[in-house]
Amino acid sequence: MLPALIALHVAVAVVLPPLAVRLGPRVFLVAAVPLLATAGWALLQLPGILDGRPATASVPWAPELGLVLDFRLDALALTMVALISGIGSLIFVYAAWYFSASERALGRLAAMMVLFSASMLGVVVTDNLLALYVFWELTTVCSFVLIGHSDHRENSRRAAIQALITTAGFGLLMLIGFLLLGQAAGTYRISELVADPPTGPLVPLAVVLVLAGAFAKSAQVPLHYWLPAAMVAPTPVSAYLHAATMVKGGVYLVARLAPGFADTGPWLPLVLSFGLATMVVGAWRAMRQDDGKLLLAYGTVSQLGFLTVLAGAGTPISGIAVVAMLLAHGFFKSTLFLAVGVIDHQVGTRTMSRLSGVGRRMPVLATAAAVAAGSMAGLPPLLGFVAKEADFEVYLPGHHPALSVAGSSAVLLVLALGSVLTFGYSARLWWGSFTTKAEVAERRYPSAGPAFLAPVVLLAAACLLPGLAPSLVDPLAQAHAATMPHAAAPDYHLALWHGFSLPLLLSVAVTAAGLVLFANRERFYRLQSAAPRWPDAEVAYHLFVHAVYSTALGVTRRLQTGSLPLYLTVILGTLLVVPGGWFVWSLASSGLHVPMSGGDWRLWDTPVQLVLALVVGVSAIAAVREERRFPALLLLGATGFGMCGIFVVHGAPDLALTLILVETLTMIILIFVLRRLPARFASGARRVGWPRRLTAVVCALAGIFVAGVLAASTYARSLPPASVGYWEEAEHAGSANLVNLILADFRAMDTIGEITVLVTAAVAVASLVVANRRTGGENGGDEGNGAAKPVMARNEPVIGREGHETSTGGGHGSG
Amino acid sequence: MNTPALVLVITVGVLYGTGFYLLVQRSLMRVVLGILLLGHGSNLALLLTDGGAALPPLLGDAGEGRIADPLPHAMILTAIVITFGVTTFLLALAYRVWLGDENDEVPDDIEDRRIGALAEPEDSA
Repeated sequence: MLPALIALHVAVAVVLPPLAVRLGPRVFLVAAVPLLATAGWALLQLPGILDGRPATASVPWAPELGLVLDFRLDALALTMVALISGIGSLIFVYAAWYFSASERALGRLAAMMVLFSASMLGVVVTDNLLALYVFWELTTVCSFVLIGHSDHRENSRRAAIQALITTAGFGLLMLIGFLLLGQAAGTYRISELVADPPTGPLVPLAVVLVLAGAFAKSAQVPLHYWLPAAMVAPTPVSAYLHAATMVKGGVYLVARLAPGFADTGPWLPLVLSFGLATMVVGAWRAMRQDDGKLLLAYGTVSQLGFLTVLAGAGTPISGIAVVAMLLAHGFFKSTLFLAVGVIDHQVGTRTMSRLSGVGRRMPVLATAAAVAAGSMAGLPPLLGFVAKEADFEVYLPGHHPALSVAGSSAVLLVLALGSVLTFGYSARLWWGSFTTKAEVAERRYPSAGPAFLAPVVLLAAACLLPGLAPSLVDPLAQAHAATMPHAAAPDYHLALWHGFSLPLLLSVAVTAAGLVLFANRERFYRLQSAAPRWPDAEVAYHLFVHAVYSTALGVTRRLQTGSLPLYLTVILGTLLVVPGGWFVWSLASSGLHVPMSGGDWRLWDTPVQLVLALVVGVSAIAAVREERRFPALLLLGATGFGMCGIFVVHGAPDLALTLILVETLTMIILIFVLRRLPARFASGARRVGWPRRLTAVVCALAGIFVAGVLAASTYARSLPPASVGYWEEAEHAGSANLVNLILADFRAMDTIGEITVLVTAAVAVASLVVANRRTGGENGGDEGNGAAKPVMARNEPVIGREGHETSTGGGHGSG
Repeated sequence: MNTPALVLVITVGVLYGTGFYLLVQRSLMRVVLGILLLGHGSNLALLLTDGGAALPPLLGDAGEGRIADPLPHAMILTAIVITFGVTTFLLALAYRVWLGDENDEVPDDIEDRRIGALAEPEDSA
């Protein structure tokens, strides 16, 4: 069923763009259908999952290769599905009233959001690391398109590229980590990996790489810069991708792997240091924002750090806390995003210093936002409070086996500090957005319709109800905790009241400190302005992108100069360095038999070969040095006829006859062409001095390389010739000439290919000549050229045939 | 008799070296000559895969002595003819270039030059 649900998303996404033309923004109601179906189906699976029986599905892809796509819906996955499909469908309903009919590319937007939903669903329900990676990158791609929705704006495009490069780049590191893990364990099934974590020298490295990918996706410091920039996307997109679901992908992965890998060396230090730093830095930044959406974005960064710290603990209590916190954050953050979106939509601005009296004009919205902000701040009786109580419980001294009392206390202290700041920015957001300020003029704007507000109110109710009745969420959290491997089952339940305990004390202290902070906020803002900026990796990102561009340009400038001779020299150089270097190295390390050391080496078979070789070699070298065209041509002719002699000595009369014919014709054609050209080769563009010598050295080395490889490979030949059986066949075929038989009988199809080449060349040459007659009649198409070209064109097919008939060796050959 | 005579191996090297050298010249006519030399070099290399000198692969002559492997011969025959086709085509091209601008030189690619001349990346601030 799980794969079918993902396929349903894709099918709906395909029909959305044409529907959007008719329905306008209401197309999002159609888009919500697959999400609702998924949420409904997941709800039906709930009883089984609570009993510890996850829903599974398996798609055999290539079972022979061990490629089976496994899916499973367990408690953690169900928590994520509640965010993806549950909150998602509400956001889609909201989007149907958020966008105006004139919004550009509505169909694409709706389709991409549904595709994103499918990819995200895939991430959380797949049980295979490689499939997870594919779905993971699909969410990245969808996010890229969605952030860049306003593709006519430069900042939109830039933010999209930034998010893509950051998350996909680190995603590649994650893939390497996955491969290392899979190779070490011999399986890519996540459930098997977690149940029986591999050991080995590479596993810590794999863990670091996987965490790097997860941290980039979940916007951990210092890679958090892409998330606030991504707020250029439309508000429903921000609420869905960059608050409720996608950024939680990293947290999900950490939570998924933590039971198996929390004991691995670098895991806990990395999770704690990056998570805690992210929580404090994000909250600190959120306090400075005046734009409600940006405040929420930095708040999300902060909460993601918090979630990472929880998810990474890997203890059963952390399992409970993570489920509660994932749900709490999903509910309150999407409520607040949507509320800010409503303000932006109605009032026309979301800058808090320009808003006044919004709470009086829109009391329902203000109440819903107050509930959500209270949940974010961790106030009872809301889900945020219940979750935060559980969160503190995770790092109480003695509750985490790998941490000392001092270590736990330090973690708790930083968590409390982050929570105080969280309280501060929650209050700031609500206060700034909804209160009436004397110094700001109120604007006139229409009030929001009930359908537009309904999703916000429903989400706010979701912040409140599980807080009042934690037993709504507790079974799910317990079911997830039960999957953790640590033997001792936790005697902890989500509740509003645990008695007088340290977590309660911390909550009271945090609330009190938060109130003090908010009362003294002006002084705090001044302190912030005086404090230095926190470092982030955005500078590094820009340096990296700039370095890539300038390296590419530098390489292009040096190598791609537009000069064909230079390109060919580079290719020759590569030939010398890569295979040439390998050849010399293997000769030197005697990985290759040195030909001279054995065999029947001799200078020549007959002295005639020496004479012929001298003719060929000397005339070739002289042709290179010749500045005049005609002598060069004649020297080349000498080379060709020398070759004929070599063929004769080597027992190949057919070749010699054919070559004589071809050489003669080539000479005639060359003379026809050269007749029109200047007597000397142009000297203007010739290389002189060192470049010329360098070229000569490179070419000489390339010649030596070819000769060396030839010698080594002929010496290494151990198999008999492929033509051994041809002798008997020749008797039946009725010809005495084996070469002729091969061409005309055994390999006749190859000969047809050869003729095709010749015909093509003939047509090409003829067309060049005809074009010449039509266009260039006055400057060069006189009778000399006109006569020369048709001769060529006519002769080629004939030559092809004659060449072969020559090789029949008998009576009717060259006649 | 697998190994070829040394002078012929050296000849192959010389043909390739000189062929490469002509190939990287500016004058199209020299490029064509270079391709001819490379063709000769390749044909000779193919021939040498059979080892040393031998008798022609003709039935009936196969008395005493070694008979040459006919397969490289068939390949070389094909190669000779195709080299001829390519050469003619290149000559026609060289001739056309000369008709156009009164020299037969390979000009630089303007578009490549333009990319190389870009001073600053377009999207990295």
